[in-house]
Amino acid sequence: MSQYYEASLLEEWNCAKCGAALKPAKVDIAYMGSQFTIELPKCEICGLVLIPESLARGKMAEVEKILEDK
Amino acid sequence: MNFFVCVCLCGSVANKLRKTAEKEFKNMEQKELRETEDKCIQEQPAYCVAACPIHVDVRTLIWQIKQGKWEDARKTLNKTMPFAGILGRICDHPCENHCKRREAGDPVAISALERCCVQKVSLLPKISFLPSKTQKIAILSGGLRSLTAAWDLIRKGYKIHIFTEQNRLGESLWDLPESLLPKEVIEKEFSVLEKLGAQIHLNAEKDMGFFKANPGSKEFDAVYAPPENERFLAPLEMTWLVSPINEALEGRKAAVTIDRQIQKVSLTAGREKEGPYKTRLFTSIENIAPLPLTPMSHPESGYTPEEAIQEAERCLQCQCLECVKACLYLEHFKGYPKKYAREIYNNESIVMGERKGNTLVNSCSLCGLCEVICPNDFSMADVCRNARTSMVKRGKMPPSAHEFALRDMAFSNGEKFALSKHEPGHEKSEYLFFPGCQLSASSPGHVETVYDFLRSHLKGGVGLMLRCCGAPADWAAREEIFQAGLETLEAQWEALGRPKMILVCSTCYSIFKRSLSHINIISLWEILEKYYAFSLSDADKGCLALHDPCTTRHEPQIRETVRSLLKNAGYKIEELKYSGEQTTCCGYGGLMSNANPALAKAVIQRRAEESESDFVAYCAMCRDALSSAGKRTLHLLDILFPSDDADPASQKPPTYSQRHENRARLKEHLCQILWKENVSDMADHEDLMLNIAPEVEKQMDERRILKSDIQKVIRYAEESGNRFYNSKTGHWLAAYQPVNVTYWAEYSVSDSVFVIHNAYCHRMTIAEGKR
Ligand code: SF4
Ligand code: SF4
Ligand code: SF4
Ligand SMILES: [Zn+2]
Repeated sequence: MSQYYEASLLEEWNCAKCGAALKPAKVDIAYMGSQFTIELPKCEICGLVLIPESLARGKMAEVEKILEDK
Repeated sequence: MNFFVCVCLCGSVANKLRKTAEKEFKNMEQKELRETEDKCIQEQPAYCVAACPIHVDVRTLIWQIKQGKWEDARKTLNKTMPFAGILGRICDHPCENHCKRREAGDPVAISALERCCVQKVSLLPKISFLPSKTQKIAILSGGLRSLTAAWDLIRKGYKIHIFTEQNRLGESLWDLPESLLPKEVIEKEFSVLEKLGAQIHLNAEKDMGFFKANPGSKEFDAVYAPPENERFLAPLEMTWLVSPINEALEGRKAAVTIDRQIQKVSLTAGREKEGPYKTRLFTSIENIAPLPLTPMSHPESGYTPEEAIQEAERCLQCQCLECVKACLYLEHFKGYPKKYAREIYNNESIVMGERKGNTLVNSCSLCGLCEVICPNDFSMADVCRNARTSMVKRGKMPPSAHEFALRDMAFSNGEKFALSKHEPGHEKSEYLFFPGCQLSASSPGHVETVYDFLRSHLKGGVGLMLRCCGAPADWAAREEIFQAGLETLEAQWEALGRPKMILVCSTCYSIFKRSLSHINIISLWEILEKYYAFSLSDADKGCLALHDPCTTRHEPQIRETVRSLLKNAGYKIEELKYSGEQTTCCGYGGLMSNANPALAKAVIQRRAEESESDFVAYCAMCRDALSSAGKRTLHLLDILFPSDDADPASQKPPTYSQRHENRARLKEHLCQILWKENVSDMADHEDLMLNIAPEVEKQMDERRILKSDIQKVIRYAEESGNRFYNSKTGHWLAAYQPVNVTYWAEYSVSDSVFVIHNAYCHRMTIAEGKR
């Protein structure tokens, strides 16, 4: 997996808690015992990660199905 | 189909034992699978193929002719028929007596089609590979039977010598009229023997004499001497004296015997299907209009290709697929039960890698229609149920397949809805009304009205039990959850003094009947038939198409009672194509709509299209499914207990969130007005006011996201501050994972109301410690 979000997300959204900007960061995501590293928008300070709808309903859903059938 | 072995031995003996045990289990499973598979006779040969002495693949041949693929057709013929150019012209077609078409018109003119094919395409069989054997075989005749034996044996690699006293091969074939069998065809067809290496000894009186005198020749490993050849046709009447196709069969049989003798293997084993036999295939001719034979413009030269194609169109391409025609699920996966059973078995055996069969297993509605329709009682539901049980046991059930439905069930059996009480003011219950979770979710008002009706008509106390019967857990093969639900239900029923239970939903009915058989049950419809007072005006209220729920398939008395209630209420009933014992599922059964929402949608769409009339259903889920397909549908209770709603047939089904709310409110309301109890204990998150636009609400429903899920997200975001902010739109975005699914909500706040702009969810999680 590489970058699965639109770059504009980084400008549109801020971390509300820290007021900080979001930066692309490597994030580990896991399901059914498998783990992947992907790049996602993340708060520089507190580390809150944004999973956009397009990823959740697209690639992520696909991978979830494959892992469930494994 | 599941076997769990626990062998705790050590060393090589143990290993060996374990291997043997595993193998044995595997064999048992295989045997079971074969028995299951064998019940589906879809792969059995067509009637014509089984009846053909040499089992020409007639069905394929005719299919190819129908499409004008003449060369392919000839190749099909060449595959099984020796010297197809000859036999294809003169076969005396015993198959036609068994052709299914004869039950709807004349049998298909199979031999005339073969003749047209070989007249149009003269293509000799292509043999690309010949095994090589050292043994020599003498064939003592040049007749069709002997040459067939020679042909089969050459292809097995034997060295063949053909002896004939005559100066050419073919014997009495040469007597046939030129118009039927041209001489050059005989020559050409038999030429393949020599091409493949047969030694042909013409005018071989001397050799023949020698073989007669010395039957046990040392030079040859086998000698084949057929009975004297006879004439094929009676010259004047042109009727067959000897059947050419049986000659070929006899030659073929002789070749098998000779080969087995030489190879020293059993002469008899596995030969049952040599020659004509009866197929186990079933082909329905219902709705097939009878058609007469296609006439031949020139009988002496046979069909023209155009005539042949027309005749080929009469072929029914016999197969079964009865269940597939009736069930969209079976059609959807593009196969038939025999194939599916094998796929599911293979799916089970996959240790690593993707199990493509999971969706197949989880999409069946377990409705039992196939078993009723199949001439052999094949039950796809049993296959899928067993597979689900085994998947759950092995921890291989995809979590997403049934989780939502199980959560729904947990809700119904939780404090928000579950209830079990005597009638107010009673210490005892003669009866116990069990409306079920779905009627309560979909028409809570009817639960109240019916309960009023029952209390005013039945003596001895009518208690009330609100909860789910456990069907979702049963369908999902979650045995533990299912049993736990039953135990609670039973204990509460005991505590109320073992009353007779009144059930509305036929799914509940089927669960009680099977798993709580000691509880005395009666369907609400039977009670209503007895106590409901119909107004005597026999006004004609019109006609309704009646949809029987699939769980009434084996409950004829319920189906009859419902029909009589409808008639008494002044309605005419339109029986759908699939009704009664053969009714179809609404797509909720077996949790189809959970595991495969798109298929469930197509299923109910097709059902809705079965009639133009308004539908009437007597299961809340069926009604809601039909309504969601845009079909005007009444529930039987809408008719018997009309509410203020002027047009109940147009009622939209509630969303999943509304279903929860309806249940919770029903309990609250009944407790308040009947038992004077206050049960409202809203959870923290539930006092958040949400404002959700209809499009967003619809999308949430499709994504199986409940309002309560979103309330939890917001409560969490507001309390923890963990959320994102979009300064351009002023929207917040936050996520929360109550159990397995992470929910996201994009919202804004206006006057302490939370406006929901979007909601989505996923199951993957951000790995621990990385957030
Ligand atoms: S009805 Fe279906 S399961 Fe039964 S034999 Fe025919 S194809 Fe097979
Ligand atoms: S209808 Fe066609 S497939 Fe069926 S038995 Fe006749 S020739 Fe064979
Ligand atoms: S949905 Fe019903 S008819 Fe179709 S395969 Fe499953 S049990 Fe059989
Ligand atoms: Zn932050």
